[in-house]
Amino acid sequence: MLPDSRGHFGVFGGRYIPETLMPAVTELAAQYRAARRDRAFGRELDALLRDYAGRPTALTPAERLTARLGGARIYLKREDLLHTGAHKINNTLGQALLTRRMGKRRVIAETGAGQHGVATAVAAALFGFECDVYMGEEDMRRQSLNVFRMRMLGARVVPVTSGTRTLKEAMTEAMRDWMGSVRDTHYILGSVGGPHPFPRMVRDFQSVIGRETRRQFLRREGRLPDAVVACVGGGSNAAGMFTRFVGDAAVKLIGVEAAGHGLDTPQHAATLERGVVGILHGSRSYVLQDADGQTLPAHSISAGLDYPGVGPEHSYWKDCGRVEYVSATDAEALEAFQTLSRLEGIIPALESAHAVAHVMKLAPRMSREQTIVLCLSGRGDKDCFEVAEKLGLKI
Amino acid sequence: MRNRIDEAFARTQRAGEAAFMPFLTAGDPDLATTGALIEEFARRGADLVELGIPYSDPVADGPTIQASYTRALARGFRLAAVFDMMKELRTRCAVPVLTMVSLSLVTRMGAEEYFARAAEAGVDGVIIPDLPADEGGAVARLALRAGLYPVFLVAPTTPPERTRIIARRSKGFIYYVSVTGTTGARRELPPDLAEHIAAVQSVARQPVAVGFGVSRPEQVAAVARIADGVIVGSAIVRKVHELSALPRAELVAAAGEFAAELAAHKKK
Repeated sequence: MLPDSRGHFGVFGGRYIPETLMPAVTELAAQYRAARRDRAFGRELDALLRDYAGRPTALTPAERLTARLGGARIYLKREDLLHTGAHKINNTLGQALLTRRMGKRRVIAETGAGQHGVATAVAAALFGFECDVYMGEEDMRRQSLNVFRMRMLGARVVPVTSGTRTLKEAMTEAMRDWMGSVRDTHYILGSVGGPHPFPRMVRDFQSVIGRETRRQFLRREGRLPDAVVACVGGGSNAAGMFTRFVGDAAVKLIGVEAAGHGLDTPQHAATLERGVVGILHGSRSYVLQDADGQTLPAHSISAGLDYPGVGPEHSYWKDCGRVEYVSATDAEALEAFQTLSRLEGIIPALESAHAVAHVMKLAPRMSREQTIVLCLSGRGDKDCFEVAEKLGLKI
Repeated sequence: MRNRIDEAFARTQRAGEAAFMPFLTAGDPDLATTGALIEEFARRGADLVELGIPYSDPVADGPTIQASYTRALARGFRLAAVFDMMKELRTRCAVPVLTMVSLSLVTRMGAEEYFARAAEAGVDGVIIPDLPADEGGAVARLALRAGLYPVFLVAPTTPPERTRIIARRSKGFIYYVSVTGTTGARRELPPDLAEHIAAVQSVARQPVAVGFGVSRPEQVAAVARIADGVIVGSAIVRKVHELSALPRAELVAAAGEFAAELAAHKKK
């Protein structure tokens, strides 16, 4: 089972962080190892996921979308139905339990679309932690609703003004905060990136998505799906979904990155398709870099995918060929956002709309006997202002 | 192998001083000025110079150094130009220089090539703040093979068993991070600094230099009494930036004066 004890997924992963933080991640790894063996921890997390977050989430047959596309039958894994409206809470509740176990009283987080920030703020409110969320100024503009939600929940939202003022800078800033606060603060990292044990731990907390999907699908269809599709920014919903299917060679796994204005322009966030192997935010993975190793700005219409790095396990899955990584442009995601809304009565998050966009290309090429599970990682209420602006509409 | 870093510490120890090590951001305001500043600092009491290589996403640096990196990158800083500047500088200046460089940049070029080019350009050591010693064995060996000293950091949060690993891997000196946090000026040095340094010295054969949060002459004096080296970063970077509107010669002279005032306090 990957990663190894030092967090390596093949050549990817690791722990490339300042010495100041090393004792904290070492302690976190030890505490997480102990928590995994502690049945009371598992029971408490399961109870929170059930009674507070709203698990299990539905597996919905998307009948009108299936009929429209005229190919494979499509199911939606409804992470959009969770409390806070996205899969991020699966992870923040787990890490909040760990924070309490470590005796820390303050949590920090980075956020792009604000979904992880909101899920962290919710967990902090529930556990009585102090909470600071770092968010790029550009994302605060794009996701003003989530900024307000975090503040209502008692979190401080710290604007990040450096660089592209998006998720990358928010993550750098959160790590810099942690440099000074590490003795009493836990960093609730929201994706499957960062130094070990984060990529493994976040994947494990998110693997409830894949576990439920597998059980629900088997019960319903008596077999496994032919394809499973999820969007990939840092890659947490995809990792949580894929990890329960990687052992089933017959199940095709497809991760969808953000192609922004197109892969042939500099404005995209397709790290796995266009990046190089490098170091960013504590681990070795594919990253968008220039020839010197400076991080390049990413672009996506969706703040949650607007990140020039990706979790190391995705890089591993790409290089060993287990997962296919493709991309969808801003325009395709916008189109998919509207299509799913009108055909299924479900407004998807712009992040998830990238997965929808790929399914719209994939399903017609498959037969009616085949099946696709699409991980609908979040709902799109937060995106309505941004989408309205792009469509030239007024709210 | 005799390295200029060893010679600098041997000389300052004989003189009853701590080694004074100012930090400069390469390319802020421009590389020619950086080269002139290294030369001036060497004349005005710097025993070694730490040269920060601009990086887009520094995790260990505070706002002052981060802003200097952003300025240098905005002006088109390229890594290869640092080696050209160093090569040219070495025709007239022998002060030991260590590059403080993110593993992201070293990895992109390839560690072997980075170290080879740095050594050829006359760089003496390398500090990689995002490479902890226990992950850094292979990289450290490559640096040594190229003739560069790999210097690792010990933080206030480092437990004794890690300090021993770091002491084994770090060559030339150990960089003790005085504060739990990013680089940048602090009003006060931590009250338990002397104890921490003594604990590191008890397991280290090499000198221990102290940086992060050291900015004022009296702080230099206090650190000089208890450590083998004193590193001043953000205060110098801020000074250079404040002077950056001046013609180069005036900037260099004024920054040199500032460094000399700090260096004057390195006597034990």
